[in-house]
Amino acid sequence: MSKIEIRNFNLYYTSLHVLKNINVNILERKITAIIGPSGCGKSSLLRSINRMNDTIEGVHVSGEINIFGKNIYDIGIDVRILRKNVGMVFQRPNLFPISIYENVAFGLKINRIHSKKNAINEVVEKSLKSVSLWDHVKDKLHKSALSLTLEQQQRLCIARVVAVASNIILLDEPCSSLDPIATQKIEELIIYLSDQYTIVIVTHNMQQAARVSHNTAFMLLGELIEFDKTEKIFTNPSMNETEDYVSGRFG
Amino acid sequence: MKKNKDVIIETAIFMCGMLSIIFVISIFIFLFKEAISFFWDYNFIKFLIGKNWYPNSNKPLFGILPTIIGSFLVTFGACVVAVPIAVMSALYISEIAPKGVRNILKSLVELMAAIPSVVIGFIGIRTVVPFVKFFFNIPTGLTAFTGSIMLACMIMPTIITISEDAIHSVPWEYKEGAFALGATKWQTVRRIVLKEARPGIIAAVMLGIGRLVGETMAVMMITGNSANIPDSIFDPVRTMTATIASEMGEVVRDSAHYKALFAIGLVLFVITFIVNFIADLFLRKK
Ligand SMILES: Nc1ncnc2c1ncn2[C@@H]1O[C@H](COP(=O)(O)OP(=O)(O)OP(=O)(O)O)[C@@H](O)[C@H]1O
Ligand SMILES: [Mg+2]
Repeated sequence: MSKIEIRNFNLYYTSLHVLKNINVNILERKITAIIGPSGCGKSSLLRSINRMNDTIEGVHVSGEINIFGKNIYDIGIDVRILRKNVGMVFQRPNLFPISIYENVAFGLKINRIHSKKNAINEVVEKSLKSVSLWDHVKDKLHKSALSLTLEQQQRLCIARVVAVASNIILLDEPCSSLDPIATQKIEELIIYLSDQYTIVIVTHNMQQAARVSHNTAFMLLGELIEFDKTEKIFTNPSMNETEDYVSGRFG
Repeated sequence: MKKNKDVIIETAIFMCGMLSIIFVISIFIFLFKEAISFFWDYNFIKFLIGKNWYPNSNKPLFGILPTIIGSFLVTFGACVVAVPIAVMSALYISEIAPKGVRNILKSLVELMAAIPSVVIGFIGIRTVVPFVKFFFNIPTGLTAFTGSIMLACMIMPTIITISEDAIHSVPWEYKEGAFALGATKWQTVRRIVLKEARPGIIAAVMLGIGRLVGETMAVMMITGNSANIPDSIFDPVRTMTATIASEMGEVVRDSAHYKALFAIGLVLFVITFIVNFIADLFLRKK
């Protein structure tokens, strides 16, 4: 069963054709990795799934992205609800310069999911627990979020998303600013979350894709070259370009 | 050779820096010296909270309370008018206006900051003064209220420019993070951007206040220049600066009156110093 169906999708930055006729089905409650050399359009594709590209001037698209059978580029789609449901974690932790608690509560408040203090407290606690941060921060919830280590900040970014997102989480190179130990811990968290969430992760790091993902999409120069089970992509890919890339011959 | 040149330039810059400090200190010493000799003959408290300013009567009274109230009323009124409008304008310029419009507006606002205050006063006399007199049906349009409105126009460009810088420097990552959680533009502005830009905005307002307290020409022209304690903002007032400016010309040198004007100057100096100091604290917090 596929949750995200991308159909004949194209994206342009004014006249620069960045995504070329992408077709792919992303499966529910699986981790899908997008790999490919720098500038091939991984981030652009990921940001198309929650329409974050709308915030950049000059972007236009054609084709469809269906989430649960509904094209998110249809007129009448509420982008805010889309972005609430399809959470996104960025390359560098981008917490707000407010308290740990307020960072998690932010999404709940602006989306009016909860207004009662008790309900908010409950979700904040649950979200922090699900990213294994609760024990560490429960005594300093009202301290600035920026006082945490980078790894903890990235966890908190994920908690912020978990608090509001119902089913899909997009991660754009979430470990690129972390050391190997922190990276390993975040990877464990991602695997843990895939029980409940459909996860798409962009990564530069092929070992990471091999470690965490069930399926892998390989992109090159704006095209989706190959999409298959991760194992197959890394051991026996069908396309020569994929073979060259995963064996480290370029990129 | 190169080294010598460096040394010379460094020394020159150092001297210039020192010079400006020396200027401020000498101004303060000069004011302080004249003011202190006034307070030998006249009680400081009586000066500060005295209700009457009769410098030329047989038994002269130098109470500056009416002018302190005048300065405060005009400054406060101008802030009430200017701050909301200026912050909204800054938000518009920084967050809403398309890029082309933004650049035009920015240069326009900066241009407005350069309007001399005597011109502001002149425009006020021809427009707002008759309007206030007619609209509120009061004997004169030369009131604290009129002064507030004109001074608000005067400081708005400064507040807009500095707040806009503060708002514009909020990192895109914060906004992106908020949008990605489903926030609207307005929610993002209210909950993240304004919060982050607040120290800069407060500093902008404090600098504006500093300018207001020291402003002379425009207030002298449009606030009625009457040294009585006003009943409301629709009464004429006189500010501390206007008192000094209008009386310094005809005062007898080294008389008590002359020294009293310096004492007002000292009070003003202390007030603007404190206001600028607070502004600085907020700018540094950024
Ligand atoms: N805002 C933008 N305006 C114009 N061109 C852009 C913009 N963002 C990205 N591009 C271009 O689109 C192409 C794809 O960029 P994208 O960021 O999606 O690549 P990526 O695969 O994520 O690269 P990386 O691995 O370096 O993050 C690149 O050629 C890039 O120069
Ligand atoms: Mg990228």
